[in-house]
Amino acid sequence: MHPLLQRIQQTFSVGVTGLAEWRGDAAVTVLRNMLHEVAQFLRNDPGMDFDYIVHVSSVDWPDDEERFEVVWEFYSIRKRHRIRLKTRVPESDCVVDSLTDLWKGADFMEREVFDMMGIRFRNHPDLRRILMPDDYTEGYPLRKDFPLRGKGWRDTFDFLDEVPR
Amino acid sequence: MGLIQLGRHEKDGAPDVITGSLEKAVNWARKGSLWPMTFGLACCAIEMIAAVSSRYDMDRFGAGVFRGSPRQSDLMIVAGTVCRRMAPVIRKIYDQMPEPKYVIAMGSCATSGNIYDSYSVVQGVDRFVPVDIYVPGCPPTPEALLDGILKLQERIMQKRVFVTQPDQVKASLKV
Repeated sequence: MHPLLQRIQQTFSVGVTGLAEWRGDAAVTVLRNMLHEVAQFLRNDPGMDFDYIVHVSSVDWPDDEERFEVVWEFYSIRKRHRIRLKTRVPESDCVVDSLTDLWKGADFMEREVFDMMGIRFRNHPDLRRILMPDDYTEGYPLRKDFPLRGKGWRDTFDFLDEVPR
Repeated sequence: MGLIQLGRHEKDGAPDVITGSLEKAVNWARKGSLWPMTFGLACCAIEMIAAVSSRYDMDRFGAGVFRGSPRQSDLMIVAGTVCRRMAPVIRKIYDQMPEPKYVIAMGSCATSGNIYDSYSVVQGVDRFVPVDIYVPGCPPTPEALLDGILKLQERIMQKRVFVTQPDQVKASLKV
């Protein structure tokens, strides 16, 4: 087993629902309410020392009971190891803890997840859309039930009425 | 081109008098000094840069003076994928350009949206600005862009300058 996963298994007796290793990549799945605690451990423990946030992304599993999955990837610049942290979020209560208090770099990436998938981040300092315009009303474009071509926004040019040619 | 005639001086017969239509002269001046605007949106911009630099040298055709401001430009080369969020910006920039103005849709994305048949990509820049020349390719080679410029120059030479055309009357009444 991956030494990082071993450490996590020893430290957390409850809350960690999955430890996976595939071709050298370590991934931890945790319960939503334990997310911040595990993240804090990854950030502050001297053996972990994950000081760099690589990416925040999300997955839509439309057939699953807990529909969404949020994925964080961390890297340690000093120790040169990396880990993936996952948690599941149900559609009915689409909120997960923000990790911006531990990694400032999570700010924009969590905003992107919110913009594209509609997952809210608790305690995020500025949770607004980041890629789509603020007044975009069609929903969250990367959800599986969102139509590929959108709902008409791309073909409506409201600004043309103001400037006829 | 038979409208332009070369005259000779009465004393020594040296060729120093040209007679022709003023319209042709105006069009010639316009086509020979197309100032494009730097409008790179994606990978097409790299080919556009290559078309301007020394190997292809778009300046040979009078279209090498790239400007950073629409107010100093005659030609907008839309080079790249146009997102819907970018559309009002492009229209505003187009409106800021002084007449006469021309638009080249460079590449498949600016022409039709290319493979990006998605929620955020405009399916062709001609949905909201009038396009003179479409250059195919993904991305088009610098030669293709040069060909587009030459085709545009041919079009400019065919324009009527001092005769108001019916559709132009309509357009001018709206504005």
